[in-house]
Amino acid sequence: MRCLVIHFNSPLTLSLALLSGWGMIGLSGLARPMSIAFVGRTLFPLGALIGAALAAVSIAGLGQPAEQLVLPIGLPNLPCHLRLDGLSGVFLILLGAASAGISIFAAGYFRRGEGTAPGLLCLQYHLFLASMGFVLLADDAYAFMLAWETMALSSYFLVTTQHRIPEIRQAGFLYLLMAHLGAIAILLSFGVLQGGSWHFTFDAMRAAHLTPGWATAAFCLALVGFGAKAGLVPLHVWLPEAHPAAPSPVSALMSGVMLKTALYGMIRVSFDLLGQPIWWWGLLPLSLGLFSALYGVVFAAAQTDMKRLLAYSSIENVGILFTGLGLAIVFAGVDMRAAAALTLIAVIYHAVNHALMKSLLFLGTGAVLHATGERNLGHLGGLIHRMPWVAWLTLIGVLAIAGLPPLNGFVSEWLLLQSFLFSYKVPHPFINMLLPLGAALLALAAALAGYVMVKFFGVIFLGQPRDPTLQRAHDAGFAQRLGLAWLALGCVLLGFLPTTVISMFSTVTEQLKLGGLPTSEAPWWLLVPIPERQSSYAPLVFFAVIVLVVVLAIVNVRFFYHQRIRKGAAWDCGFGGLNSRMQDTAEGFGQPIRHLFQPLFAIVRELPSPFDRTPKYRLEIGDRIWRTLYQPLGPLVRQLADKVAWLQQGRIATYLLYSFATLVVLLALML
Amino acid sequence: MSVFDWVVQLMGIALAVAAAPLFLGWVNQCRAWLQNKSAPSILLPYRGIRKLFHKDAVIAENASRLFRLAPYVVFGAMVTAAAVIPSIATRLPITQAADAIALVGLLATARVFLSLAAMDVGTAFGTLGARREMMIGFLAEPALLVVIFVVSLTCATTALPMIAERLSAQAFVLNPSLAFTAVAFTMVLLAENARIPVDNPATHLELTMIHEALLLEYSARHLALMEWASALKLFNYACIGFAVFVPWGIATSHAPWSLLGAAAMLGMKLLVFGAGLALVETLSAKLRVFRAPEFLATAFLFAVLGLLVRLLLGAGT
Repeated sequence: MRCLVIHFNSPLTLSLALLSGWGMIGLSGLARPMSIAFVGRTLFPLGALIGAALAAVSIAGLGQPAEQLVLPIGLPNLPCHLRLDGLSGVFLILLGAASAGISIFAAGYFRRGEGTAPGLLCLQYHLFLASMGFVLLADDAYAFMLAWETMALSSYFLVTTQHRIPEIRQAGFLYLLMAHLGAIAILLSFGVLQGGSWHFTFDAMRAAHLTPGWATAAFCLALVGFGAKAGLVPLHVWLPEAHPAAPSPVSALMSGVMLKTALYGMIRVSFDLLGQPIWWWGLLPLSLGLFSALYGVVFAAAQTDMKRLLAYSSIENVGILFTGLGLAIVFAGVDMRAAAALTLIAVIYHAVNHALMKSLLFLGTGAVLHATGERNLGHLGGLIHRMPWVAWLTLIGVLAIAGLPPLNGFVSEWLLLQSFLFSYKVPHPFINMLLPLGAALLALAAALAGYVMVKFFGVIFLGQPRDPTLQRAHDAGFAQRLGLAWLALGCVLLGFLPTTVISMFSTVTEQLKLGGLPTSEAPWWLLVPIPERQSSYAPLVFFAVIVLVVVLAIVNVRFFYHQRIRKGAAWDCGFGGLNSRMQDTAEGFGQPIRHLFQPLFAIVRELPSPFDRTPKYRLEIGDRIWRTLYQPLGPLVRQLADKVAWLQQGRIATYLLYSFATLVVLLALML
Repeated sequence: MSVFDWVVQLMGIALAVAAAPLFLGWVNQCRAWLQNKSAPSILLPYRGIRKLFHKDAVIAENASRLFRLAPYVVFGAMVTAAAVIPSIATRLPITQAADAIALVGLLATARVFLSLAAMDVGTAFGTLGARREMMIGFLAEPALLVVIFVVSLTCATTALPMIAERLSAQAFVLNPSLAFTAVAFTMVLLAENARIPVDNPATHLELTMIHEALLLEYSARHLALMEWASALKLFNYACIGFAVFVPWGIATSHAPWSLLGAAAMLGMKLLVFGAGLALVETLSAKLRVFRAPEFLATAFLFAVLGLLVRLLLGAGT
């Protein structure tokens, strides 16, 4: 066994120290558990600093070779193995950068009220952060599962912060259930991966030689396990329940960062632990991912609760990530390494992008929720006048997640589409014709995301306030603005400097033995991922030209004409009597999508008859997958439980007999 | 990149910005002739824009800054698109800043800003228009992207100038996948530019409007910019179509004579295309709004068919 040697300035040790720092901050929350001032003004900003430091340390350490460390804690004969390589490093950057913005926002967010005491919340929150970090660093199955379960439990308690509300308790229970089903699958996957060596370190798993059948079993189990955490359809049911239930910073962390740990696990298992993946495995995440992307975005368009809308949008983005991952596996399986590297870089890029932009949007909804007390889109509107900071910063996130250039969401989608254009070269007939169609579906999902985001921003921030109480809404405080601005800045930087980002990420693919991207002679501002294709994209030039044209247009108009402006009532084609109820509601705006994708929805509609004294219109949109796959499970479980109930005789002697019988059987098997 | 390249680039942009209303005037003129009406002057769009620039802008009291910024952003996006599309010459400095996919993204940016601005004042027609515009957009955008995929599989690049160069270097052969995609592209062009059968640019009936409904609250210079931008959008789409389906005549060198020839060629193509567009608009009736998705789904399927045919016949190098 290697002995414990600690190098103090190595990235791994520093990251470890920073993660423990989060743990310490969490514990010190218990010192004054009821003090909002102490927790909010001291501990959360400190946590944000640690997040920023973690991102900085990981960026600095990205080019270095993998580094391992064995901590003498844990089970007998199984100390805690840790390892920091490029893949972990990139996801640590994601964790650090996103959590820095979220924590500083959270510093101004939590208020006195019902629910968990602030100090306890601080402990759960920082434990959640630290455990996500340990998931990324773990290098043996035991440490991984320990961190994974801590992550699940701490986030469960965070989701149920408002535990007095029954719906929130239900949402939390569903989340816990799905998290554990996933964890069992992951555990079984590790059990297969050790390949008979009974060593549960990841090194042993890398060395193990599995037969194709067992390798496939391990891959499928991992897909189920990590897919449940990521919210891949049909394992997505917990996501639209848990995200709205949690406080907004927690939703941001869960959607922005926690879902990405599942992606990390999937990449780790398929490209690192399993060695060379078999090409057709990729078709599973690819098809599930495409379906999730479309399913998520279509449901997002039909939502009326702003946080549910974002939750469904997360399902869409997870779908895009898994689509890319599947494509990368296909490419790696048929030995198209350069294409696989490009695809994997696109996936990681999109993961980081999504972490920043979805956190930004969730925090934006948090600010709106605080200012108005309203989550329902039907009662919002016109907030750009009352909350300009939140509105304009959220607009950056909205444009980014809609995949519009020159922001970051576009870069990763562009890269993914570019790599899809290689897929006709896959040397398997029929498949190579179907794969490019995936690009068409991906384009459809991306375009629908634009629809959803126009709805999201337009209904919340634009138009007239749909509720008179909105006039009292106030803009976010300084800490909240700072958090939003940090994330928005991240979106802009990732959008403007794709070449730098990609060269950082290519260390990941090099360490995963896929090779980096081909070098090109393009200048730093011009992104040319595949030199022989000559497809290029230069966001800065792009942005500069647009800004130049806009400025020239404004100056010209002012110079040649005039800048007179008169304010008047809205024209509205001269109809008059305009009021806020005449605008589209959220339901109205989603109506074309509901109409077009009707088969996907389970719609219950109650229309008033012309003779109703108090006409009432009700529309309920259900998830068909929940109704067909999950709801029948309840009675089934109950029936099974009834059948097994005779075991429970209620006498201690009987139970002792069971234990005795079990022991005898086990002994007989083992000896 | 020499100074001369920049001059050519700037001239190309200036030509597009200046000629776009003229092209619109030509289409309107053809349409009037085909409908047995006496045609308005071909310069009418210019006069309209000039008139609007001179007027005082009236803005709704509850409009935000986004409302006033949007016309400039939309116009800027369209001018940038004109800079990226090879209309006269290939190998220009700005063209490499964006390939065809980024171009689609740019057009989407304009659309999103247009829709957001329409929702800003909070009128019934504005939100209605925004909803419909986004509905058209989310169906047209993937169809356009698939068209680009087909072409890029043929040419092994997604850069529009390279596509134009490689296709014009080929001898004219009837390419079945390009035939399918040409149909799809034409349908997308009709839908995206608010032409009949999807939308009627000459409509005065608010309930059937799509594009016009977005602009109802705009007046004076903002409206002028929006109208100019939509003329430029039609011009840009035409140029994308030329670069992909009839690239012959685009100058690959920057010799003055070949540039002049290319400009003349572009004028010819625009004349023919404008007349064809007017003919299509005269011969077809406007669809109900809810038939528009079917129209665009057909375009999407045509493009996908083109993709399949392309792959069946073996993709490019």
